[in-house]
Amino acid sequence: MKHLGTALRMTVLTAVLLGLIYPLAMTGIAQVIFPGAANGSLVKVNGRVVGSSLIAQQFTAAKYFQSRPSAAGNGYDGMASSFSNLGPTNAKLIARVKADTAKLLSQNPGLKAGSVPVDMVTTSGSGLDPDITVANARVQAPRVAAARGMGLTSVLALVAKYTTGRQLVFLGESRVNVLRLNLALDAAQGVRGP
Amino acid sequence: MAWGILQIVVFIVLLALIAKPLGAYMAHVYRGERTFLHPVLRPVERLTYRLCGVDETREMGVVAYAVSMLVFNFVVLLFIYAVLRLQGHLPLNPAHVPGMNPADAFNTAVSFATNTNWQVYVPETAVSYLTQMLALARENFVSAALGMAVAVAFFRGLTRKSSRELGNFWVDFTRSFLYILLPISVVFGLVLVSQGVVQNLNAPTKAVTVEGITQTIAQGPFASQEIIKELGTNGGGSYNANSAHPYENPSPFTNLLEMLLILAIPVSLTYTFGRFAGNQRQGWALFAAAMVILLMSVAVMYASEQKGNPNFTKLGVTQAATATQSGGNMEGKESRFGISASILWATVTTDTSCGAVNNAHDSLTPLAGGMAMLNIALGEVVFGGVGVGIMGLLVNAILAVFIAGLMVGRTPEFLGKKIEGREMKLAVLAVLYFCVTALGFAALASVLPAGSNAALNAGPHGLSEILYGTISQTGNNGSAFAGLTASGSFWATIGGLAMMWGRFFFIIPCLALASSLGAKKTVPPSSGTFPTTGVIFVALLVGVILIVGALTYFPSFALGPIVEHYLMYAGKLF
Repeated sequence: MKHLGTALRMTVLTAVLLGLIYPLAMTGIAQVIFPGAANGSLVKVNGRVVGSSLIAQQFTAAKYFQSRPSAAGNGYDGMASSFSNLGPTNAKLIARVKADTAKLLSQNPGLKAGSVPVDMVTTSGSGLDPDITVANARVQAPRVAAARGMGLTSVLALVAKYTTGRQLVFLGESRVNVLRLNLALDAAQGVRGP
Repeated sequence: MAWGILQIVVFIVLLALIAKPLGAYMAHVYRGERTFLHPVLRPVERLTYRLCGVDETREMGVVAYAVSMLVFNFVVLLFIYAVLRLQGHLPLNPAHVPGMNPADAFNTAVSFATNTNWQVYVPETAVSYLTQMLALARENFVSAALGMAVAVAFFRGLTRKSSRELGNFWVDFTRSFLYILLPISVVFGLVLVSQGVVQNLNAPTKAVTVEGITQTIAQGPFASQEIIKELGTNGGGSYNANSAHPYENPSPFTNLLEMLLILAIPVSLTYTFGRFAGNQRQGWALFAAAMVILLMSVAVMYASEQKGNPNFTKLGVTQAATATQSGGNMEGKESRFGISASILWATVTTDTSCGAVNNAHDSLTPLAGGMAMLNIALGEVVFGGVGVGIMGLLVNAILAVFIAGLMVGRTPEFLGKKIEGREMKLAVLAVLYFCVTALGFAALASVLPAGSNAALNAGPHGLSEILYGTISQTGNNGSAFAGLTASGSFWATIGGLAMMWGRFFFIIPCLALASSLGAKKTVPPSSGTFPTTGVIFVALLVGVILIVGALTYFPSFALGPIVEHYLMYAGKLF
């Protein structure tokens, strides 16, 4: 019985210290030191929240670079992050990749069969991957340039500008943030937000 | 690939550098010696004992130690269950999440109380911020501290002479969270925020996207939870996609940091053990054996994932590694991590009992997925979960000296203690419960429609999903081939049982083993003593772990991942 009394008191004590004081104090400190990051790295255009630089959103228009396919909810659902869970020999996975590859080949003059970057046709780990590979951005660039009436070199220059290299030189992979790149394209053509 | 390999090498070097300082610090903490945090934390520690009625000078025998642990576990489990059921009526619930249904709440409470963190619920829409903080993140501290306490009791049993006492559970528990888990969480939790991990109490953000669609983005106080989820090898995500979600793991740097935190305590405990044993080489031998197996897993997974899925290549997709893409099997992986940082995480999370994922294990190529499964199936011995892992390693070390003893016909010894019939029975019990539970439930699930219908994928991959499910829950890992629908009553029930057995049918024989060894006299080493510090011992230990694992699981794995590997290359789809 003595153990039970101690167990009950320890339960309450850890609840207060580790379950309330600790997370609330961390929230308070984070809100003061890193308010932007702590609140979700939201991106505003003309004072309106258009999304988060860390969360993928859907782009369908030809003039925008497109995010990777998404298995989050019905696609890019910020309340339902998810992967596809399809195994490597699943017929649905292979059929999906086949259909997506055919569609991308027809849409993108810069893309050739045999050189479709794998991240273009695979769903990400979260369904909300905000980035695409540099290879993926480069093959989309001719389509985007044509749709905007911009020169390919200036589009590629923006891709290069918005490419994030490996962190601390060696960590992770080089990548391009889709939302930031698309907003930069709009800004370059004088479009003041959506 | 050169950058990918460098990343892995740096990770291993950093781990080796952490082991000594953190391991030595933990040895000080558990012996009640003064550390640099004592001026601040010692008063809090004393206050804790006063409030909870603990006499810190009183040690416990094996029964009192185990009973305190079990009673405490039970009380906390009920507390989590109550919070989950009542969350709809409690504050800090801006998304208006209702209470959880009884079956899922029970499964979740068991899952977090056993350090498994298998998740049947979708966090974004099924739990409130209060539940995340008060029930789940708090339990991450508690279950980790509990595992560490038990490990220290185990060390004491192994290294004391003629003593039946294992220490005081409440003291070991309190010191674990107060001096080790909490300070590390505060410091590195804020580092995570700086990189973009969310820490707020806002309602989900409504954004109108560039193309004019409304996108709702889940928020929450999650850096404080993310940090302890990794540090305590818990693994329960604040988001459904776990550490693949950019709000949990936003950058390659957070990815490295989180992987280091997952292994920090399990790796350092090998050093702490050396301190308790009075011979640092005892600890480094365990470190070396575990590291060998870890690197084997990294090699297999890297090769398999980088090679990719041959079915993609046929469709005109390129998976080659170039300067502009990582290539490889990117289904279920994030582009900031690519292949290297994803497979390293997959190894780290399955070698320990963490189970947090930064990529979709269900979509791994068959050999990589099979390797992830094997890592868990080896029984949390490749550093393993916080606390519990080092016990698994030590139990295997005892098996190894026993086998060595059989070879030369001498009574085996470990740390000067004779290993006799009673110890061997307990050690074998602590090894056998795992495969009996995991394979038993997998067999049951494969033949009953309620079990096999839960698999999302057909063919051998379906069997892999079932096997992974029971192995992960028995091993208190909590990662999944997540296509398996584990929320039905059949899976919720066997899952709950597997998690509880996996936790306590391991810990209790281990404590009994420690108590039995602690009571023995030590015999001085003689010329016939098999040294447990050298290369031969390390090789023998690796051999024992791999041979026992391979013999146990080869038949079932042959029907799952291994056959799927050959069928994938033959172009067969399901």
